[in-house]
Amino acid sequence: MISKVVKNAEEAVADIQNGSVLMLGGFGLCGIPENCISALLSSGVKNLTCISNNAGVDDFGIGLLLKTRQVKKMISSYVGENAEFERQLLNGELEVDLVPQGTLAERIRAGGAGIPAFFTPAGYGTEVAEGKEVREFDGKKYLLEAWLKADFSLVKAWKGDTAGNLVFKGTARNFNPMMATAGRVTIAEVEELVPAGTLNPNDIHTPGVFVQRIFQGVNYEKRIEQRTIRQA
Amino acid sequence: MGLDKIAIAKRIAQEVKDGMYINLGIGIPTLVANYLPEGIDVVLQSENGLLGIGPFPTEDEVDADLINAGKQTVSMIPGSSLFSSADSFAMIRGGHIHLTILGAMEVSENGDIANWKIPGKMVKGMGGAMDLVASAENIIVAMQHKSKDGQSKLLKECTLPLTGIRCVKKIVSDLAVLEVLSEGGFKLLERAPGVSVEEIKASTAGKLIVEGEIPEMRIN
Repeated sequence: MISKVVKNAEEAVADIQNGSVLMLGGFGLCGIPENCISALLSSGVKNLTCISNNAGVDDFGIGLLLKTRQVKKMISSYVGENAEFERQLLNGELEVDLVPQGTLAERIRAGGAGIPAFFTPAGYGTEVAEGKEVREFDGKKYLLEAWLKADFSLVKAWKGDTAGNLVFKGTARNFNPMMATAGRVTIAEVEELVPAGTLNPNDIHTPGVFVQRIFQGVNYEKRIEQRTIRQA
Repeated sequence: MGLDKIAIAKRIAQEVKDGMYINLGIGIPTLVANYLPEGIDVVLQSENGLLGIGPFPTEDEVDADLINAGKQTVSMIPGSSLFSSADSFAMIRGGHIHLTILGAMEVSENGDIANWKIPGKMVKGMGGAMDLVASAENIIVAMQHKSKDGQSKLLKECTLPLTGIRCVKKIVSDLAVLEVLSEGGFKLLERAPGVSVEEIKASTAGKLIVEGEIPEMRIN
């Protein structure tokens, strides 16, 4: 089996250049590629376009890359938890495309699946529809939305094997599987890297064909945004 | 003087039918899950990839990899399933989710809703709201009838950027339960306890339709 294993995050992101288009998995801080984000901070690469559902918080996730001004543009659906983001946006220092969440997921899925565009009802009649083709199907109006692709997709999985097969856990799956398909180079960081043949093929969420590099992540913080509990 | 948030949630819970798959928005809608009537079996969807949301976890059960769309830690129930965001919105756009309950800043008399943006002030993004309102067969809105400075939020036309058009079917506000008619207009169905029809009229800027005696809401 072809081995996709690289040593660590630094090696995995070493050829990411200034101006690259990146996809970063995760919903909020759940399932984000923590190690790759740290490695991008160290590499200092700039003018990045980041496609990610959210923009992290001020001191974690993509928020760290915003603080160091490494991000030129964000393509996201919800960015509410980040004061620095809001400041840069209102000051015109950051370009932002806000995309309905389902449209974002499907544009990424389409990018990975070789579907250049599709029609969706989300956003019809709103400012999201501006400049977009509208077509009627069975009496309802739909917008034409184009695929999204990335130079590099940075995804986080629970387990992975040396062949690049991935298994996600809980709601940390979210955008990661589609992003894995839509990157010219997909880099997967995993909490547990095992030899090919260890994972049950029936359980694999993302087949290894979509993954070019994989490494064993370290020191996962897995920060929780809203720790809500009930009494036992 | 009008319902509090919990009473609004309790009244909306009465709209829920056995066997429904439901998406609850952030805020008051999330509270609805706490007041579902006895004997009603429903499945709650979280658009970040969970069907079958359970209660908040105990301290020992907290799992950073298990959150709802409001980024709160949650648990699963027997029969829960997990999936990607693409599958999640296939459920939503594909019409597999029966009911969406969400908040609003404004609703118009033809069912348009605005709840994602205040130009120049708030730019948080629409999240999944546009997909939800464009597709759900039934949409109930939980909202305050008036803004803090006393302006009606039930309007002839929305003034804020829209989230979706002609989609809201029913509104439960602090003052009233209203149906949004397909031909346009807010039809008054129920009054909050102690709130008069006159007060609701005065608080509704859009077309209000009042037919016959309007009963008070029954809230336990």
